[in-house]
Amino acid sequence: MSGPLKRGHLTEPAVVRRTIMAIAFVFIALFLVVPLAAVFGEAFAKGWDAYRAAIVEPDALAALRLTLLAAAIAVPLNVVFGVAAGWAIGKFQFPGRHVLMTLIDLPFAVSPVISGLVFVLLFGRRGWLGGWMIDHGMKVVFAVPGIILATIFVSFPFVAREIVPIMEATGTEEEEAARVLGAGGLQMFRRVTLPNIKWGLLYGVILANARAMGEFGAVSVVSGHIRGMTNTLPLHVEILYNEYNAQAAFAVASLLGCLAIVTLILKAVLERRVRARAAVSEHDEPWESKSAA
Amino acid sequence: MTHAARRRVLPGFGLTMGITVLYLSLVVLIPLATLPATAFTMSWEAFRATISDPRVVASYKLSLGAAFVAAAINAVFGSLVAWTLARYSFPGRRIVDALIDLPFALPTAVAGIVLTTLYAPSGWLGAPLARHGIDVAFTRTGIIVALVFIGLPFVVRTLQPVIEELDPDVEEAATSLGARRMAVLWHVVLPNLLPAWLTGFALAFARAIGEYGSVVFISGNMPMRTEIAPLLIMTKLEQYDYAGATAIALVMLLLSFALLLAINGLQAWTRRRVTG
Repeated sequence: MSGPLKRGHLTEPAVVRRTIMAIAFVFIALFLVVPLAAVFGEAFAKGWDAYRAAIVEPDALAALRLTLLAAAIAVPLNVVFGVAAGWAIGKFQFPGRHVLMTLIDLPFAVSPVISGLVFVLLFGRRGWLGGWMIDHGMKVVFAVPGIILATIFVSFPFVAREIVPIMEATGTEEEEAARVLGAGGLQMFRRVTLPNIKWGLLYGVILANARAMGEFGAVSVVSGHIRGMTNTLPLHVEILYNEYNAQAAFAVASLLGCLAIVTLILKAVLERRVRARAAVSEHDEPWESKSAA
Repeated sequence: MTHAARRRVLPGFGLTMGITVLYLSLVVLIPLATLPATAFTMSWEAFRATISDPRVVASYKLSLGAAFVAAAINAVFGSLVAWTLARYSFPGRRIVDALIDLPFALPTAVAGIVLTTLYAPSGWLGAPLARHGIDVAFTRTGIIVALVFIGLPFVVRTLQPVIEELDPDVEEAATSLGARRMAVLWHVVLPNLLPAWLTGFALAFARAIGEYGSVVFISGNMPMRTEIAPLLIMTKLEQYDYAGATAIALVMLLLSFALLLAINGLQAWTRRRVTG
């Protein structure tokens, strides 16, 4: 980040500058600050006791547990995948690298509702595998496994898309040196690769986790909304809100609001680390340079 | 260094490539393939009847139209926000900068209920608007408000780095040659921002077309009027009309892929502009 320009003759007249800033601030206040503040305002509208009651209620706690469980399974799986994809795509040349990267991005291009729908088509009672599986006692849709699968799907690309460019930008020389000096594969990874990718990895984990815990559409399709059983926090918010229990809905929503704030803070902190590292690296064009060569 | 030599030194290509392709196939490709596979089990007449049903056509038009308007609003105001963050210094700039990503970080259901509460006729923002005869919640305007919220970071985050990397020497040269500031902006700066600006617009548009969580609460969900396409998929599923849901979804999926290709093209153009 180069920071704002200081040179006076390269900025707009004061009137124009103030107008642009005023419009930008009103827009940010209206669409970001007021909604975020309102989540907490509404959550505490009936005082602390009502807030606490909505959160310690058994169905809310069950929803919290399921949300944590889904994220605790989806995020580590996507980390393993992301690091593997980063190594294969970032450190090696092979035909179809760009196609593979586009395929990894697919879950971002798909509507959340469609992300859930495909699992119903696969594992629902009349789905491609569902009939057989349900006959053999395996229930995926309208059960916890479906929620976990949908969560894995929607949080799938985050880690890989952070790791691939970093693996590519750091090049292969350091790892090759480690190998030549006699390091084994795992030792090389732990001592050389991991220190290079750790901030990017953490950044991807933060984003994947926020999406995993906050996903609504995809999870809504596969959940069946069974209270205390297949309800995640966002689904619980919906149920409470549709029951005209707005204060409780916002109380539970405020937990997700806190998750968002923590995510934003960690993201801002990590971005500085990742950028500082990228600035040190001499490779300036991670994506295009190698494919053009 | 040649491929062969590199491969001899670095281990793990086979293993990591295997994991990548296997996991990608199991988690993404096979599930997504069920959509066209299920659609192919329908007759062409049934498929066409589903997607040409007036209620379905109305939902496509609404999803596309509202997404377009919201992306256009973001393209205008998001540019001003990106310019402010990249070029001006003011107290609290880092906090504002971090806040831009709120729509990525805040679960869509939370965004949906809070925007609905704010813009309802009795809400903080809805009440003053209602006095002037403007209804937002449970109308198409409400859908656009939710989609503006969702799409805001895309335009800002695409434009901001490009503005930061603009070469000040070019602006300086134009200025020293006697161009007025507004002329410099119009003739020198704007053309350089165009690819990124279009990319941001396309990203916000693509995201808004499929958006569900933030919209369902504020839209009112009236068939033919405020029913978006993803909601109609949901409704068909709840009625166990899997074929109908699949047909509507397949059209949306093809649309998303077309946009993805367009965005990839735009991003390549942006890179050429920035580096070339």
